[in-house]
Amino acid sequence: MAYITMREAISQALREEMYRDERVFIMGEEVGVWGGTYAVTRGFLDEFGEKRVRDTPIAEGVIVGAAIGAAIAGLRPVAELMTINFAFLAMDQIVNHAAKLHYMFNGQIRCPLVIRTVGGGGRQLAATHSQSPDVVFAHFPGLKVVAPGTPADAKGLLKSAIRDEDPVFFIEHATLYQLRGEVPDDEEYLVPIGVSDVKREGKDVTIVSYSKMLQTSLQAAEQLSKEGIEAEVIDLRTLRPLDMLPVVQSVQKTNRLVVVEEGWRSYGVGAEIAARVMERAFDYLDAPVRRVAQLEVPLPYNRRLEQMALPQVEDVVRAVYDVLYRK
Amino acid sequence: MAELLTMPKMGFDMAEGTLVQWVKKEGDTLSEGDVVAIIETDKANVEVTSFRSGVLRKILVESGTVVPVGKPIAIIGSADEDIQSLLQAQEGMVPAKGEAEVVSEAEVPPTAGIGAVPEIEVGRVLASPVARRMASELGIDLTQVRGTGPGGRITKADIEAFVRESAREVPQPVVTPPPAMPPQPSVGVEYAVELVTPIRKTISRRMTESKQQAPHFYITMEVDMEAAVELRRQLNALLPEEEKISINDMVIKAAAIALRQYPRLNASLAGDEIHLYRRVNIGIAVALDSGLITVVVKDCDQKPLSRIAVEARAMITRAREGRMQAEDIVGSTFTISNLGMYGVEDFAAIINPPQAAILAVGAVRRVPVVNDAGELVAGTRMKMTISADHRITDGAEAALFLQALKAVLEQPMRLLL
Repeated sequence: MAYITMREAISQALREEMYRDERVFIMGEEVGVWGGTYAVTRGFLDEFGEKRVRDTPIAEGVIVGAAIGAAIAGLRPVAELMTINFAFLAMDQIVNHAAKLHYMFNGQIRCPLVIRTVGGGGRQLAATHSQSPDVVFAHFPGLKVVAPGTPADAKGLLKSAIRDEDPVFFIEHATLYQLRGEVPDDEEYLVPIGVSDVKREGKDVTIVSYSKMLQTSLQAAEQLSKEGIEAEVIDLRTLRPLDMLPVVQSVQKTNRLVVVEEGWRSYGVGAEIAARVMERAFDYLDAPVRRVAQLEVPLPYNRRLEQMALPQVEDVVRAVYDVLYRK
Repeated sequence: MAELLTMPKMGFDMAEGTLVQWVKKEGDTLSEGDVVAIIETDKANVEVTSFRSGVLRKILVESGTVVPVGKPIAIIGSADEDIQSLLQAQEGMVPAKGEAEVVSEAEVPPTAGIGAVPEIEVGRVLASPVARRMASELGIDLTQVRGTGPGGRITKADIEAFVRESAREVPQPVVTPPPAMPPQPSVGVEYAVELVTPIRKTISRRMTESKQQAPHFYITMEVDMEAAVELRRQLNALLPEEEKISINDMVIKAAAIALRQYPRLNASLAGDEIHLYRRVNIGIAVALDSGLITVVVKDCDQKPLSRIAVEARAMITRAREGRMQAEDIVGSTFTISNLGMYGVEDFAAIINPPQAAILAVGAVRRVPVVNDAGELVAGTRMKMTISADHRITDGAEAALFLQALKAVLEQPMRLLL
């Protein structure tokens, strides 16, 4: 175990997988000479050479398109999109090609591709560079969508993503790179894709979240615990395929559910989780499910307005009071 | 100004109530909240309280009368005011004794005097899904539960509170026998009146339902308890007081083992389907002052005997102290009723619906038996009787189940495997 940042954990996963399998290579904007916009691949160019760490033009469609070709041809590309907001430029490649090739060719080809990208707000990057459209990608069958909330999960999930035979859309949160945590050194440390995880046990209320909002939820749970409210916090980790079992089991125990996501409420993760809980655990609910999400506005640049629009610890606490019928 | 006291609507489906007893008489002074009369609905006896202070000027219906909801039962006013106009307005409207004038829901005024229900209840009872599920499992009538959630929504906590209160409520004898109350049990014989508590009502409804719907059959078998008693003695010598194992704990564990072999005794009938439960959750009937309640030891097939003993003891204690938790009493798939501690040799129990069967266990007795050598010797025996639902299982299967149960109890080391 080492106590390291999420940035180091992701970097470690990439490095270990590149040493393990020579088919693994990295491509993207500024990943080589500059060392990555978030410095995840700093030093990789010297370590692995130009052939395996490739700087690309500023053309997201090309990055993903070329990576798909490489994946079909037998390589294991890790394509980096500087932010998730730019993934829209590669939308056709991602959702129409990567997600569907295996199906369209009747299983004759596979597309073992990882798209690493950075999402989330909170860094005053304004409306077009601060979005959390994770659910947009999770909407498409054929794509796996992963969004870790701790350094250990980031490492284990990225390694699993690289070894996966299908395209994985891997969303890192811009404000989590400095988050520290215990991370196993083991080169075979893997976290399976599609398995939700109980990050904190509790009996009074279930809080479901992932990525940055996992940390917000854990802080809220800590605060609630001082008032004698024990929240169970579940980390989805993967949005597709979505593992509902721990959520359903938890709701059967607590009878109360709050879903916390950074993206907008409409058609969001909270809506999906609430619907599935009603399908599978309706008779266990004691209060309407509450969703905590971003205000439905383009995210403001102004720091205070931005923080007001993003879900905060107090918003989670208030939602928990609501489902507990407390004033 | 004098006002009318009307028959209150106590629940959305109540159309009429019987005026059981006038607590106050004409001319009595009333404070707001004073109990004026006792009425009986189809669910409970309820006190009618005065909505204002004043004097009970006129009683409009005799006790024993069935009165539609919303109809006036009395006039309350000040001591000397003229109530003639109110009285005249009521003429011809007061139903005669014994007549039940049925009014449709639409004719019922939305707020009927005192005890008027909150608006929310007019449509349906608001309850959270988990509260509804618990109420249905426990046979609780939701209209009897007070909801504390938004808009009066009944929550899990309300059901738990209701269960605790029901268990605590001990029938309160009413000292003075009422002058007249139909139906009269026997003419000329005095009696005390005991109000039927919610828990009593639940027992009454569920047991009636069981006997009416489930065709019961009964099979009795005698078990040699010599080895079991000896094993228990040895185990308890090792265990602290609070973990000691009872004969009943051993019967629970043995039944769980036998139920695994005969799953149709651990089942329910649901329309055209028999639901065979995957879990073996055994309910233990516990006698309380107020009635009977069943606490449930979950997954008895999975748990060691020692854990069953500890859990059962904790739940029984909680039940007796009125502190039971909702989890203690839901989810049973089979029930055991033991009257051995009362010296009962053998009895037959009524099935706890919707379960397939219930096991009635008698006392462990020292009795004369004939041994294999044909000699009369002292033996240790216990009788148990299974009551089973013939819609789900048959005599042979129930007998095989008893045989399996007997086999485990007679080779009690199997309880420890």
